[in-house]
Amino acid sequence: MIHTVLDILKIREDFPILKRKVNGKPLVYFDNAATSQTPQYVIDVIVDYYSNYNANIHRGVHALSQEATDKYEEARIKVQTHFNAAHSHEIILTSGTTHAINIVANGFSSLLKKGDEILVSAMEHHSNIVPWQMLCERTGAIMKVIPMSLDGELLMDKYHALLSEKTKLVFCNHVSNALGTINPIKEIIDAAHAVGAAVLIDGAQAAPHIIADVQALDADFYTVSAHKICGPTGVGFLYGKEAWLNTLPPYQGGGEMIAEVTFEKTTYAGLPHKFEAGTPNICGGIAMGAGLDYMNSIGFDAIAAYEHELLEYATDKLLQIEGLKIYGTSKNKTAVISFNVGIIHPYDIGTILDKLGIAVRTGHHCAQPIMEFFQIPGTVRASFSFYNTKEEIDVLVEGVKRAKAMLE
Amino acid sequence: MNIKEIQDDIIDEFSMFEDWMQRYEYMIELGKALPLIKEEYKTDDNVIKGCQSKVWVHADLEDNKLVFTADSDAIITKGIIAVLVRAFSNQKPQDIIDADTQFIDDIGLKEHLSPTRANGLVSMIKQIKLYAVAYQTQIAKPTSPQRGS
Repeated sequence: MIHTVLDILKIREDFPILKRKVNGKPLVYFDNAATSQTPQYVIDVIVDYYSNYNANIHRGVHALSQEATDKYEEARIKVQTHFNAAHSHEIILTSGTTHAINIVANGFSSLLKKGDEILVSAMEHHSNIVPWQMLCERTGAIMKVIPMSLDGELLMDKYHALLSEKTKLVFCNHVSNALGTINPIKEIIDAAHAVGAAVLIDGAQAAPHIIADVQALDADFYTVSAHKICGPTGVGFLYGKEAWLNTLPPYQGGGEMIAEVTFEKTTYAGLPHKFEAGTPNICGGIAMGAGLDYMNSIGFDAIAAYEHELLEYATDKLLQIEGLKIYGTSKNKTAVISFNVGIIHPYDIGTILDKLGIAVRTGHHCAQPIMEFFQIPGTVRASFSFYNTKEEIDVLVEGVKRAKAMLE
Repeated sequence: MNIKEIQDDIIDEFSMFEDWMQRYEYMIELGKALPLIKEEYKTDDNVIKGCQSKVWVHADLEDNKLVFTADSDAIITKGIIAVLVRAFSNQKPQDIIDADTQFIDDIGLKEHLSPTRANGLVSMIKQIKLYAVAYQTQIAKPTSPQRGS
């Protein structure tokens, strides 16, 4: 038995929300794959911003604007350092992963032509499907799907067979939000590059568990949302290789993204500002950097080891419930368990669990093609974080048993 | 019984329960007794748009009264629609249109009224009222001019 090196009870003290009750019961928060909770350290950074240096950035000559700009740019460098980007201007701060993907999908509108092919994995979130379908409608490019196995693993031989000189883009998540599978993205990227295709990796679900080194991976684009990594909602980033970001046209027009504007012609600002039109979520960007600082203070190796321990414990305990089936059984997965119990609708189980103070996700997890693949209306998804405990998993297991007794 | 009297009965029944579990268990029981919609009406067009569970509702006009049948693939949702069917079935369309839905709050189902709640209680009530409006319009045509009340 592995014993964690983390002092979980002390870590839990950092999260004020974990002290609250829901429906009269202590909150058990297992919806971390949707949104991670916010430590006091990050809340303090948000309060400090609005209390002490709230100002618009990049333009003001006054002290507050300068301070806000410095902190915002520091956050960009924190992201660059954490994900090992070659340059800070390769980090485009966005409203989140969806925004980041749309920047790339929109940019490729002028680069694709009829008959070009783009490949997307079978386990994508809608946000990594719909923008590319729209791109195909605009350009006449064709989308093909990399299939997966019943374990929820991509069929890599099929992937290699789909690649050709027609392939221009490949999209894949680093970790599946619905199944937790960690995809072999290095192999995916290298094979795509061999045929001259660019690769976008949706890192939203990987970022809380794994440090992606974008240079070592050789990813062309990598996207993350702050609310998965102890930061606030409504902010995230797009990493793009400098050459690609210079090639893609800007996504939105507006202030901040220009060099010079006349009514005849506008010249665009350089990176990263070319893709950052308008006043950004300044406080959110700074808080995203603080979220990374907080997680690094705990350490991603320790987090990954402990979460794996939680995953094994929960998998073992849940599988003891008769009729419980887990979807996504790859050996290589993050601390996410998607399951159903017999023919009970996931919504029913989620409703009863909520009554017991347990927060899980139910439904199709914005990944309807996966549910179609398994021929189910949805699943119950419990996703664990480093501040969760085995005692909480016991509460979940008892809750599922109780729900089962009521609903069968 | 009119709608108000039925609703008061439902409120009385639910008030006997001491905790949420008993309420939910009762609702599940009600779901089992729900007059089921004919399979032929369980089409995609008839699904009430909710994010997670599917709900179908159908209405027939019998003696100028609406008779509802329904179904859902989730048990709790089926219980919720059963409560609604009981409250509104066998009533004149105009009465259904005029009825208020305060009793939902009174029996502790208010939490299901939020638009983020995936069972779409709001949509179910809306669908029931839409049926009533549609049939009321039909009844109100020249052949039968008087309005039910």
